[in-house]
Parts: sequence; C-alpha cells; structure tokens
Amino acid sequence: MSEPLLQVDDLQVAIGPADIVRGVSFAVAPGETLGIVGESGSGKTMTVLAATGLLDAPGRRISGSSLLRTTSGEAVQLTGASPRTLRRVHGGQIGFVFQDPSTSLNPMLTIGRQIEESLEAHRGLTRRAARSKATELLDAVGIPQPEQRVDSYPHQLSGGQRQRAMIAIALACDPGLLIADEPTTALDVTTQAQIIDLVRELQSARGTAVVWISHDLGVIGQVADDVLVMATGSVVEHRPITEVYYHPQHDYTRQLLAARPRLGKTAGPPPADPDADVLLEVRNLDVRFPVATPSGRSMVHAVNDVSFEIRRGTTTALVGESGSGKSTIANVLTGLLPPRAGTAELGTLDLLHARRADRRRIAMVFQDPFASLDPRRSVADALTEPLRTHGLGGDSAASREERAIELLEQVGLPAEFRLRYPHELSGGQRQRVSIARALALEPEIIILDEATASLDVSVQATVLDLLAELQKSKGLTYLFIAHDLAIVQQMSHNVLVLRDGVVVEAADAETLFADPIHDYTKMLLAAIPPDAPRAAPGGFSEDPATDR
Amino acid sequence: MRVSLGSVARFMGTRLLSSAIVLFGVVVVVFALIQLVPGDPVRLALGTRFDQEAYDALRAASGLDRPLVEQFFSYLGGVLTGDLGVSFRNGQPVVEILLSRLPATVSLAIPGLLIALLIAVPAGIFSALHEGKVSDGIVRVASQAGVSIPDFWLGLLLISLFAVRLGWLPSSGYVPIATDPAQWLRQVVLPATTVGIVAGAIMTRYIRAAVLEVAHAGFVRTAVSKGLAPGRVTFAHIVRNALVPVLTITGIQLATILGGVIVVEVVFAWPGLGRLVYDAVAARDYPVIQGAVLLIAMIFLAVNLVVDALYALVDPRIRLA
Repeated sequence: MSEPLLQVDDLQVAIGPADIVRGVSFAVAPGETLGIVGESGSGKTMTVLAATGLLDAPGRRISGSSLLRTTSGEAVQLTGASPRTLRRVHGGQIGFVFQDPSTSLNPMLTIGRQIEESLEAHRGLTRRAARSKATELLDAVGIPQPEQRVDSYPHQLSGGQRQRAMIAIALACDPGLLIADEPTTALDVTTQAQIIDLVRELQSARGTAVVWISHDLGVIGQVADDVLVMATGSVVEHRPITEVYYHPQHDYTRQLLAARPRLGKTAGPPPADPDADVLLEVRNLDVRFPVATPSGRSMVHAVNDVSFEIRRGTTTALVGESGSGKSTIANVLTGLLPPRAGTAELGTLDLLHARRADRRRIAMVFQDPFASLDPRRSVADALTEPLRTHGLGGDSAASREERAIELLEQVGLPAEFRLRYPHELSGGQRQRVSIARALALEPEIIILDEATASLDVSVQATVLDLLAELQKSKGLTYLFIAHDLAIVQQMSHNVLVLRDGVVVEAADAETLFADPIHDYTKMLLAAIPPDAPRAAPGGFSEDPATDR
Repeated sequence: MRVSLGSVARFMGTRLLSSAIVLFGVVVVVFALIQLVPGDPVRLALGTRFDQEAYDALRAASGLDRPLVEQFFSYLGGVLTGDLGVSFRNGQPVVEILLSRLPATVSLAIPGLLIALLIAVPAGIFSALHEGKVSDGIVRVASQAGVSIPDFWLGLLLISLFAVRLGWLPSSGYVPIATDPAQWLRQVVLPATTVGIVAGAIMTRYIRAAVLEVAHAGFVRTAVSKGLAPGRVTFAHIVRNALVPVLTITGIQLATILGGVIVVEVVFAWPGLGRLVYDAVAARDYPVIQGAVLLIAMIFLAVNLVVDALYALVDPRIRLA
C-alpha cells in the first residue's frame, strides 16, 4: 500500500452524554476504496463526517487524529481544524456524494451553477471557464447532451442523472479523496449498478481514494478493497474484502453475511397447496391519476390493464422499479384510490365497492414503521382500536386487551410491550407491532408494501422469518410488494414483474428466477450485485464461508 | 436561461381564473351583508334624522325597494362598471370615497412594509443561523414582544415619546406626498414605524422558521461540503430557498396593511381606508362598508397574484415544469 491519503487514528465522537464513535482508526491510499459497512446507528456516517470535518451536530466532542495528505503533499490535521482550513479542503481535496440526490442538490440552481461554484471557489476559474469545465464534467459522468443539461435544474433530471450530477460536483476540483455516503441506497437496482460502475471508472482514471459507506454488503463487495465493519460505534473487523467475505472473524460480521438476502441461496417458501381456491382475483385494472404539477394537471397512466389472481395461503410478489405501479395497485385494493376500470374480487366480495366493515378482510403493512404508528398512542391502543372499530376481540375492554396480548405473542413480542409507545421500540419491534395490528383484523389477505425495506438486514431476516411462520401456521395469503429480488425469491410462490404500469412477465417464482423471459426481468436480475466480491480470487466459484 | 413561457402562462392563467372565482364569492358575501343586517339598514342609517320622506328617498336611491334577485344583479352590474352605490351619510358615490382614501393608505403601507422588511429580513436570517444561541434568544423574545404588543399602545408610546416629550415629530395628521413631501415624511414616520414594528415582528418569526427549515436541508450540507464561503452558503443556498415562504408572508402583510390598519390610522388621525371603515361602521354606512370590504378583498387578490408571479420567477420548478 502506498502512503495513505487519509489516516485516521483513534477517532472518538461524543454528542452530549452519548459516545457515538469509539476509537476508530483506518487509512485509505490513492486509488483504493475503503468500504465501511454496518447497520443503522453503528456510527459509520458519523465516523466519516467527523474525520472529514463535516459533522455539524450541536454539543459534539471530537478527539483523535485525522490526517489528510493534500495534492501538494502537505499534511493537514482535520480534527479541530479551523473553518478556513476546512473550507479549503472541502471540495478541493475531498469530494462528497450523499445518499439522496433529490435532497442533496439545490432545487433553485442549475446543475451547471452547482458545479461551477466549486470551481470558482477552489480553482479561481472565471464563470465562463467554470461553465465549460462543468460541461466536460457532465459528459465525464455520462449525462447525455451535457451542453444542454448544464442549464437544467435538478427537477428536470431523473434520479440516476441527479446522482451522476452529484458525482460531477464532488469530482469537479479533482479531489484526492471521494466520500460516498450510501450513494446508491435511494436508487433503483439498475441505476445502482450504473453508479457503481461509474465511480469505479472515474476512480481508476483519476487515482482517487474512495471511502464508500453502505449498509449493503453486496454493494460493498462490488466496490471495496478493504472493509471496515462497524457496530455500536466501534470497528469489529477491518480486513481486505475477500477475507471478510470468506473468513469472517467476528460474530457480528458472520451475522451480517448470513442475514443478507442473496439470490438463489434461499430455499423459497414451502410449496403451496395446488388445489387451494383463488382468493383474490384482479381483472383488467386500470388506474390513471392526475398529478398536479405547478403548471397544471397531467395524467399518469399508473396501472395499465393488470390482471392476476392469488390462491389462498400463497404469496404473490409485485416487483418493479420505482414508478412501476406496485404501490398504486395496493392502494386500489385497500380502497385508497379509485381505479378507472377493472374489477377486484376477494372471494365473492367486490373489493372495489366494499363497505368499510368488509374492508377488514384485506390488511396492509406499510414500509416505514416510524411513520405508520401514531407516536402518541400506546401499542395496546394501536392493537385494540381496529378490534373496537370492527367489533372483534370481544365486547369488553379486558377481552380486547387479552386479544392484544395474544397478537403480541404471535409476532414474538412480550405482553408488557402493550404499555409501550412507538418511540420506546426499535424499528424491527415497530414493524412487528404493525404486523400484529394487521393480524388484529383477522384478514384473509395481507398486503406487505415494502414492509421490510427500511429495516436493517439482520432485523429484516427475522421479520421475514416471522411472516413465513405466520403464513404456515395461519394459512395467510400475502401480496408482497418489494424491490429486492432476493427477498422476493425467498418469500414468494408467484411473481409479477411490472414496468410502467404494465405486467411484463408473470410466472411462478421458481420458473421466473431460473428462466426469465422478458428482457426487463433479465435486466433487473443482472443488476443485483453478485454474490461474491468483485475482488474474489478465481471468480465466483468459491462459496462464502457463512452459508446457512 | 430557457424560460418556458407556456408553463408560466398556464400557471398565471389558473391563478387568474381562481382569483376571479374568489372575487365573485366576495361579491355574493358583500351583497348579502346588507340583507343580513338585523333590522332595516336604511332606518338604522338615518337614526335620529328619520322621517318618512328621507327614508323612502334613501331606500329608493340604494335600490333596497326592489326584489332581491334584481338587487343582486344590479349590484353585480354596478361592481363591474365601477358603481358601488352612494354613501348613506352624504350621498357621495362610494367609489369616489374609496379612491380618495387610497393614496393615504398606500403612502402609509409602503414605508410601513419597508420598515418591516428592514427589521425582519436581517433579524430572521441572523436568528436562524444562530439557532439556540443567546443572540437567537434575544431576537425571539423581542419578536414575541412585538407580536404581543397592541398596535394602538405602541402608537401611543411612540407619540408620547417622540411627539410629546421630545417634540421631534408631529403626533398626528396627514398631508399628501404630492402637496408637501417634507411634511408628509415627518408625519408618516411614527405611524409607519408602528405598522412596521408589528408587521416586522410577525415576519421575523416566519423568516426565522423558513430559514431554519432550509438550513437543515441536504443541499446545504452539499454546499458546505464544496467548501464554499459562508456568505455564499447563506445567500445562494439557504436564503434563496427560503424566499418562497418569505414572499408569502410579505404578501399577506402588505395586503393587510393596504387593507387599512384600522387602529393605527385612528390613533394617528391618518385618513386612510382603515379610518374610513372605522367611521363607516360607527355611522352604519353600509354601502361604504360594502365597498371597503370589496376593495380590501380585491387588494388581497391582487397582491396574491403578484406574489404568485414572483414564485414563478424565483422557483424554477414552477417556471420550468
């Protein structure tokens, strides 16, 4: 390894009374990528922001050393550096790419202007020279027609193009170090693959050192040379990527590897009863809705002639990229959105014209367990309210409370949890409460709309296990909406692939994953980060040591 | 910059249309006003001057003897042709009365709003950028005091200090700016300061909240991560994005002041719209009240239209949808 570009030693971060980062050390050399992986709250982002002087939390205390070697060969201490020093380093020596390109770009300034600012500040370029450099950069990050795009505002670009523009901003002044904080997490899987390739290309052309933060070991495997595994503010393992993949030393690393959903590595659900009756039958569903743009209304054809059926006791997955119409279908089925045409029958019930009392036969679990529970109501309230509304769980408050306890047990939570409020629960526990709330309705079918997408992988694995177990014991039927094909494979009997509101492929899960027919399905599958790290010796033959 | 005229035109077109609909609603309400008055408005207006002849004459002059539907359409027609009837008190056309009061109100509103902006823009931005510090606390307490203080009380305080005790400025009165600019200026300082402090305090709180919200946005972190100078981060990134809510509150405040700051105009004997409304209410001069309400509603709609046009100018997401 050549001389490190960034050398961090014994970095400690405390905010108020809480120790957030405890003694982290690492180094990254030019042309190298250090991956930092860990679950939410592990301190990975805090570590990097503190090491680069970008942490701006009131009451923060940072100690330790973070030495940056600048392009002119000078060593700059970043912990405790003056704002003036940091301004010189930020943008000039270190470029940053953040998670969500739709919030990290200024909506009021053109893309070009946002690149030019950096060049003017660090390179002293004139506006004219900065503009032509900005156009070059947009070309380099693969944005088509850069001469026109340089005058575009962020809202005129797609999500992937915005992240490319963000990368152009970060690399505008040729920094030696690029910090990428979950740069692909907010993107679709196909876009993610493109961004990974782009960063790798730019890195090898420019010799940039990269620190790539991600919760996703699959992504880290594709980008990193060395990996830092973090848990509760400490480094538990820091070794080359192949070592971490094939010979993990720490239990936590093994857990992370084991919990990670992987295509073709899980068995899929137990086979369904082939004679089961059709529970939900959707025919020729068509949804268009007006979207109010500031300049007037335009129609979006969100769901275009979609038909499918779900047999009792099985799981059918809807997959597709953002905007494909997955959630719109869920919203129509639960009565939140009227369709323009089509029918949906649950048994003999006309779902689209059902009375409220019948609507309980279809329940929903939402993506964000933080937003879908009322912060001012206890778990018991959340569970007994639907019981009261629909006259379930007995007539007395005591019998309903008993039922709430029973529901908590079914989702693996102790009875005492009924007294807690949502803020006293972890993300996984909240999602269990959401599932219990759905079960309270004694529904025949549960719609799981990205129900595990915002959970950490280890928590996701336990929630998926719970769902599978409930299906087995109670014969539940699921409509499983997800963007992650590996968990779709693990959970589903049947799969519908949606693109722009149209079903492009529908098959049983085994067939679809073994032999996808439609190009779009193939593209989705190909975009998933491969199982083995890119740096693996001898290709992909060796199986990770942590197979379950 | 490529400006798509079509989208701006469409945007302004919908705004104009909705303004027209609102205005029609206002006309209906204003028309209903006189019908909803308990008792007979003409009799009430005449008060002690009542005699049958005067009553019949005034009733016929104001059209109140005709059927309701006919009254409505004749009122609507009047509104469209600029005829709002005559004052119950002196028979003068309402439109004439309103137009004679408008210059006084405008010449108070503009300096008042300028003072408010001079206070609120720096104080709101400064306070937000020093969130949680002592200086932020001082601004917040001061603006809370400004919001809480009744405007007539503030006006009286200013009069007693600057007019009575120090004798620097006149305590009340109004001269049109065209007649004697120097005298107008001397007389406008106290009422405009009163209006400006109250409106400025309200606006300070809005601007602080708007800037604070933007200051925590992801793109501000991006701007910092580019190593930009603090001034550039503040103005090109934070303030620029906070402008839309600031425009909204500025428009509301301007329309409020233009609609007549009733108590301030009364305290300073300023013959504006507010003073007119005050006097008309006291005299139960319903046609004038109706006309004033209509005019104030039109001022609000016009100011809002201007604010909407400014949105389109400031925000590319509206300009280039």
